[in-house]
Amino acid sequence: MTMDVLQLQRQLRELQASMHQEGFIDDQFTQLQRLQDDSSPDFVKEVVTMYFDDSEKLIDNMKKILTQAPVDFKQVDAYVHQYKGSSASIGAARIKNICMKFRNCCENQDHEGCWRLLQQLQNEYSALKGHLMYLFRLEQELRSAGVKIPSLE
Amino acid sequence: MIMDCNCIEPPPGDELLTKYQYISDFFIALAYFSIPLELIYFVKKSAVFPYRWVLVQFGAFIVLCGATHLINLWTFTVHSKTVAVVMTTAKVLTAVVSCATALLLVHIIPDLLSVKTRELFLKNKAAELDREMGLIRTQEETGRHVRMLTHEIRSTLDRHTILKTTLVELGRTLALEECALWMPTRTGLELQLSYTLRQQNPVGYTVPIHLPVINQVFSTNRAVKISPNCPVARLRPQAGKYMPGEVVAVRVPLLNLSNFQIYDWPGVSSSYALMVLMLPSGSARQWHLYELELVEVVADQVAVALSHAAILEESMRARDQLLEQNGALDRARREAETAIHARNDFLSVMNHEMRTPMHAVIALSSLLQETELTPEQRLMVETILKSSNLLVTLINDVLDLSRLEDGSLQLDAATFNLHSVFKEVVNLIKPVASVKKLSLTLHLAPDLPVYAIGDEKRLMQTILNVVGNAVKFSKEGGVSIIAFVAKVESFRDARIPDFIPVLNDNQFYLRVQVKDSGSGINPQDIPTLFTKFAQTQSPTARNSGGNGLGLAICKRFVNLMEGHIWIDSEGIGKGCTATFIVKLGLPDRSNESKAPFVHKILGNHGPTNFAGLKVLFLDDNGVSRTVTKGVLVHLGCDVTTASSSEECLRVVSHEHKVIFMDVCSGIEGYDLVERIHQKFTKRQDRPLIVALTGNTNKVTKETCVRVGMDGLILKPVSVDKMRGVLSELLEHRVLFETI
Repeated sequence: MTMDVLQLQRQLRELQASMHQEGFIDDQFTQLQRLQDDSSPDFVKEVVTMYFDDSEKLIDNMKKILTQAPVDFKQVDAYVHQYKGSSASIGAARIKNICMKFRNCCENQDHEGCWRLLQQLQNEYSALKGHLMYLFRLEQELRSAGVKIPSLE
Repeated sequence: MIMDCNCIEPPPGDELLTKYQYISDFFIALAYFSIPLELIYFVKKSAVFPYRWVLVQFGAFIVLCGATHLINLWTFTVHSKTVAVVMTTAKVLTAVVSCATALLLVHIIPDLLSVKTRELFLKNKAAELDREMGLIRTQEETGRHVRMLTHEIRSTLDRHTILKTTLVELGRTLALEECALWMPTRTGLELQLSYTLRQQNPVGYTVPIHLPVINQVFSTNRAVKISPNCPVARLRPQAGKYMPGEVVAVRVPLLNLSNFQIYDWPGVSSSYALMVLMLPSGSARQWHLYELELVEVVADQVAVALSHAAILEESMRARDQLLEQNGALDRARREAETAIHARNDFLSVMNHEMRTPMHAVIALSSLLQETELTPEQRLMVETILKSSNLLVTLINDVLDLSRLEDGSLQLDAATFNLHSVFKEVVNLIKPVASVKKLSLTLHLAPDLPVYAIGDEKRLMQTILNVVGNAVKFSKEGGVSIIAFVAKVESFRDARIPDFIPVLNDNQFYLRVQVKDSGSGINPQDIPTLFTKFAQTQSPTARNSGGNGLGLAICKRFVNLMEGHIWIDSEGIGKGCTATFIVKLGLPDRSNESKAPFVHKILGNHGPTNFAGLKVLFLDDNGVSRTVTKGVLVHLGCDVTTASSSEECLRVVSHEHKVIFMDVCSGIEGYDLVERIHQKFTKRQDRPLIVALTGNTNKVTKETCVRVGMDGLILKPVSVDKMRGVLSELLEHRVLFETI
């Protein structure tokens, strides 16, 4: 059991390290993790779940507008702006960067570019979701093993 | 009865004779009677006649004589004894009175005679007094003329008017024929005829100044009579038969401003003018004493007036000169200002223009370094990089220096680790030193604080410059750096005479001494070391590779830190010691344990636990809201969230101390500020309103300030940052993060 715990811990650390390195998450996420304590043990998970819901809603909306004609770029821009804000809040760095590029395309009314970036967003979002879900599973396992979750230094 | 009378009987026969005698006697008697009557009548008429008694006597005498003669009339014929008696009585009386009168007259006639002489004497005296009165009146007239003349002369400060007026008035007063003024020429060797009374245009005669007659006049301050034939008096052609009138000359002292001494004047006057006055020819008038005196007085007055005029001229000239100089200075100042403006414009433009390509060069060269290169190429790239770094440093230095000179440079003040600054300098310099085989030692005093408050970057720049110089100019031996806290007594140093250390409790003076064993400096060159762009002249001296700016900038930084920097050297080849003292702040005890802040929030005096602090947070993005709420809850705040302006207004109460408002999202936060201000009119009830934004442009900041927000902070906000923000807000009630 102890070996598993150690292994789990190592896996968790490596996952977090790689996610940081690849830019999926940044310092902001670390801050979130620091906010988690005894009074709010599932803080990070709550926030992230909210974020996922938000993301899916926003991406759907954006898709809808981009398929209509004529394209209301202002509305798309508004959604992207919101998505960027949310992503920045939880530290989803790559998604935030894509949002910034997306805004430029909206300003230039580049339909092609927007569509392309929307695809990118979707991909990124899926990837991030996958990583984070895995992270939470590891944490859950460790917690059930009675270990306190260390935050990444 | 015929009596014997002694009367004389006329010889008989002379009847005619008797008759004539008779008539004569009668007339004599008549006359004798009328004379006293006349006398009495006239004396009565006159008011004063002192000899009444004499008159009476005289009258009596005459009356009696008359009576005698009258009575004589009866004696021509035979007369009675009564007549004889009367006759005798009359005669006796007459005799008595006559004798008495005769005796009296002896007394009186000399008196009467002397009265006459006295009268004559008084008449003479009266005539003399009349003459004197006439003279005095004339003198008074003249005196009046003098006063008027003086007034005229002194009423003007114009030289020409003074002199002209003098001549005119003198001519009038003294009724002169001609009056002339001779002034000394510039050379001082001649006298030139400058002004005359009658002739309109003086011909410009000159006479040599050393004529004996002129010397005679100049040697005394009195008016001197001179001959009408001498050169200065021969102004008009001889008027013919008339004798020329008498001529008088007097000197007029002229004031040279170079020898203007108020107490010596006029004795030491070095030059004189000559005034010549001529009486009308043929008038036989003579110069009277009082006229000469008048002339002397006038000459004195003229001298005074001329001196005033000269002073006035001088002061006018000085004033004109000053005006001119002022004008020139004004122009120079404007030119200098234009030059400064031009230089500033130039600098600001060039700064940007120069830096952009430089950055490109440096960036690309660094990138190039990362790629695959042959050793040769690598060497070339390194050289390019080194040179461009040097150039950038130079550009920065120049810009820094110009900003330092304008006074626009301000030091930062932040807590930093003092020990690590020194260590870093040593680390930077060590490679260079070891290449030159120089030893580098650092000694930090044990009482040197670890943390200090000041401008870390510029302090390091200064230390680096000084140590760098030490290493640069040493060929062998070593460089030692000593840093310690300077005690106040050590300031009584001859090199820093004006230095008055002023310290309060949380400040200290850091003293750094850098000693090297290098080529030393000639003591004569030491003052120019800190002058920018000044390079020393001697070939072995420190002018290799320096741009001349480093020490100048160090000096200015040190001055800004209220300190002093100087260099000592024994001489060429004996090394030198650079020392500087700067004032640094001491951080509070509580800070020494913490790591220094990265953000520009200074100190940390507030509570670190904001238990129960009521905070309202407004954001329309759910995720952001949750995250920030989490941060605030973690810090212990009592957080209320709102997702729209209306909800915020509904929920806000005077218990909320701070409202955080996210202004990136579409909420019209600015409008909301106005409405919140209206809701809470009392300042102490009003919550502080702080904007959160990810937007790093100045417009956002300016808008926040303008609508009346109390603060602005940049997202993302970490726990530590939020902690600092809250404590700063609660303490100062305002926080605008620098963008």
